[in-house]
Amino acid sequence: MSQLPTTTIIGLEVHVQLKTATKLFCGCSTKFGSPPNTQVCPVCLGLPGALPVINEHAIELAIRAGLAINCDIPPLTKWDRKQYFYPDLPKGYQISQFDLPICADGCLEITDPADGDATRKIGITRAHLEEDAGKSMHDEAAGRADSRIDLNRCGTPLLEIVSEPDLRTAEEALAYLTKLKEIMTHLGVSDCEMQEGSLRVDANVNLHIDKHGERIATPIVEVKNMNSFRNVVAALHFEVDRQYAEWEETGNTIETHGKRTFGWDDVKGVTYPQREKEESADYRYFPCPDLLPIRIPSERVEEIRASLGETPEETRERLQSQYGIKAYDADVIVSQGRAMVEYYDVVAMACGDGKRASSWIQQDVMRTLKEQGEDIETFGVTAEQLAQLLSKVSSGELTNDRARDVFKHLSENGGDIDEAIKALGIEAVDESEMETLVKELLAANPKVVDDVKNGNQKAVGSLIGQARGRNPNANPQKVREIALRLIDQA
Amino acid sequence: MLDSALEVLRLQAAGEASAVEIAERALDAIEASQSTHNAYTHVDREAALAAAKSVDAKRASGKPLGALAGVPIAVKDVLCTSDMPTTCSSEMLRGFRPPYDATVVEKLRAADAVIVGKTNMDEFAMGASTETSAFGITKNPWDPSRTPGGSSGGAAAAVAAGTVPLSLGTDTGGSIRQPAAFCGVTGLKPTYGRVSRYGLVAFASSLDQIGPMAWSADECALLMNVIAGFEPRDSTSLDQAVPDFTLATESNDLRGMRIGVLRESLQAEGIDESIRTAVKHAIGVFAELGAEIVDVDLPHREYWVPTYYVIAPSEASSNLSRYDGAHYGHRAAAEAKDLVSMYCRSRAEGFGAEVKRRIMIGTYALSEGYADEYYNKALKVRRLIRGDFDAAFSQVDLLLGPVTPTPAFSLGDKIDDPIQMYLCDLFTVGANLAGVPAISLPGGFDPSGLPIGIQLQAPTLEESRLLFAASAFQSATDYHTQRPNQ
Repeated sequence: MSQLPTTTIIGLEVHVQLKTATKLFCGCSTKFGSPPNTQVCPVCLGLPGALPVINEHAIELAIRAGLAINCDIPPLTKWDRKQYFYPDLPKGYQISQFDLPICADGCLEITDPADGDATRKIGITRAHLEEDAGKSMHDEAAGRADSRIDLNRCGTPLLEIVSEPDLRTAEEALAYLTKLKEIMTHLGVSDCEMQEGSLRVDANVNLHIDKHGERIATPIVEVKNMNSFRNVVAALHFEVDRQYAEWEETGNTIETHGKRTFGWDDVKGVTYPQREKEESADYRYFPCPDLLPIRIPSERVEEIRASLGETPEETRERLQSQYGIKAYDADVIVSQGRAMVEYYDVVAMACGDGKRASSWIQQDVMRTLKEQGEDIETFGVTAEQLAQLLSKVSSGELTNDRARDVFKHLSENGGDIDEAIKALGIEAVDESEMETLVKELLAANPKVVDDVKNGNQKAVGSLIGQARGRNPNANPQKVREIALRLIDQA
Repeated sequence: MLDSALEVLRLQAAGEASAVEIAERALDAIEASQSTHNAYTHVDREAALAAAKSVDAKRASGKPLGALAGVPIAVKDVLCTSDMPTTCSSEMLRGFRPPYDATVVEKLRAADAVIVGKTNMDEFAMGASTETSAFGITKNPWDPSRTPGGSSGGAAAAVAAGTVPLSLGTDTGGSIRQPAAFCGVTGLKPTYGRVSRYGLVAFASSLDQIGPMAWSADECALLMNVIAGFEPRDSTSLDQAVPDFTLATESNDLRGMRIGVLRESLQAEGIDESIRTAVKHAIGVFAELGAEIVDVDLPHREYWVPTYYVIAPSEASSNLSRYDGAHYGHRAAAEAKDLVSMYCRSRAEGFGAEVKRRIMIGTYALSEGYADEYYNKALKVRRLIRGDFDAAFSQVDLLLGPVTPTPAFSLGDKIDDPIQMYLCDLFTVGANLAGVPAISLPGGFDPSGLPIGIQLQAPTLEESRLLFAASAFQSATDYHTQRPNQ
């Protein structure tokens, strides 16, 4: 049986964790990965009598994000309580925003995955602030329903960005998410570390089936809490097939079955319905009486708009034209966020070699950050230092390998470059000393001399290794030059 | 009898008594009264004596002393204390010790006050008789067969029984003023936002306010000076300058002051003749003191109680969600078959009937499909009520009226009739809904000798005006100097 023409309707709800030092309503740290229940206080624990106080930085980041996705920032926004019982929600309600979100009516333009030259405009209904819940860890190893609760994440600021149901394929959803993530990272609004849960996606999906001119809508399924783009794509593909099959089998439509909540099983690669109770929840939203509505003056919005700077696209294009690096390399640097772009700008400008700077940042800097679990903002090797180091490589004062040693030393111990060079025992080798060394090597390797004389200049390569073995400060370029000159003169 | 903080301060300054001796007197008085009145849920003799001792040491070493140095004070058990349990008189929080002090408690300690214990109350401040407490009912020191009122019944009885000169109560719909009236003491509900709510266990967050209870307005002013003020930890706290409230009590000349009287409210059904008489008498006293008496009307007065009984339970249903047995407080002992039954059983066992009733009312009023009809409509009416107060205060400086429809009723009289109990709030909830300050002060006695309170209400932030008028009234009357027979 051939399939009827079908349109897939997708809308996404993306939760982005805002990059504030402290939580949305208290002074506790938002740092990821600390021992359970060590970043808590009476406020985020929801203890009796404790009261929330708004973190101004979160408001500012939300406005930045909203402006970057072309939202209006209404002059008045307020807080509401969304009420449900769960052990990782210690107050029994989440402070969120119901009818007056901080950002409304935006859009995001994406490249049409089906036609690289075309773009699609995806509507954004709203973006609102809310506090995150804690984490429940269900300890199945204990052999019974034993759960542990970590409330460190409780009260971490989230921006929930809700799209219109304007996406038509899983690939469009991916393009939208990729673009959104890039903007949030670029603006410094969020780290968007998906494995740490700082970007989570709920996808609403159903099908419009064209049955001989009659449009039939299948029940909407909300697939909750996916923490990788790969999962989102897989879940959407799965749902498209599943919903069509279900419709063929049962004839269920949106009119008969409305909306349902599903989870995604990454291991089995299937979606599965969640409990009925969770679907029929009445959250009893009402204005949070502990917090005042917030007036956001339009001057403040304009100030923030003026501070947004260039978009990721603009930055990518500038990096390519200004420093002559490839589109791919510009992309990698831009995708690390604005702080990385600023770092790169300083290094490339000061050392005068944008390509070298790009390759160092992508390899050495990013790897070290990952190993150390650091951010570029707090990284031990400053952009100025790296520029100085790369200048020494460009001038031949240091080899790439020795420069790496210096870099490693700096990233581990701090201090300045000269100190590092001294500590590592690196010295420039005197020309005559080098010549003596190469002479000795040539005498000991007559075959190399013969090979070179017979036109095989590459044979010199084996001397370089030996030279560095005897003097680690020997510059390979210099060894090669001297060796070829001496053989030529012989 | 320990009935004056000012006297306690004088005794110490004159070297006639040490803080420890005064604390001992308070503790002895509590011990003597507790079995009869049950005003306290917790008394910490050691901690009180230690605090008093450190005040004496401070004085001996010549260090500067706080405004309430060595003054024994009792604190309603809805205010968090890190060194004493904070139970809200509920089984749910039996033995619960918060890891922090409420802001007002911090301020009391900083003022060198000696906190002797926590006072009994209606469970989670829901009630008008202190009979819904899980720790026994409190009795009125004027007549132990009567209620002290509620929910700050313990705080009022603690002062009336002479155990402490000062106490802290909280007022969501009349919970300071009504017990003050029933116990013949003075009680002030400040402007919403005047005193930080940080550490006040929330009943209805948009209505709750902490305030002083004492025999006289002068003594309330003393305590107001310590507890009032902006605090960033409470977002609803008002960032406004705080006057020296004691200055307000220095003059008794009310010439030029316009006092509005809600004459029609006095005609309302169910109001005891003794109350009418007391209010009329008060009108005369104020007129004699020089005030001009004007008739005013608050047109939406009949909606006060219904509006209050939608908004307060709605907020309560949300505020009390946190007591779920998961993190602290009462958890059902038996192994629950799943999470939901653990919640249900813990809450069923931990909360009393009145708390459950209000949680159910509030949950219903906020439910999808009903919120517009109840909660959202109540918010609109609340705005109208505020508008009434604004309009009235454009004509007059203060409003004068009754606190309660009757003097203290007998224990057991209304506990099985929630509507009758709710109607106790008839005259008091308006100030909470409008956020304005109001004071209850002794205004006479009924034929059987029960105290009667009269109420003054003022525009936002005009506590000084209330205290000024109340103090003037008390300079011309002696009701606040009467003491129950012990």
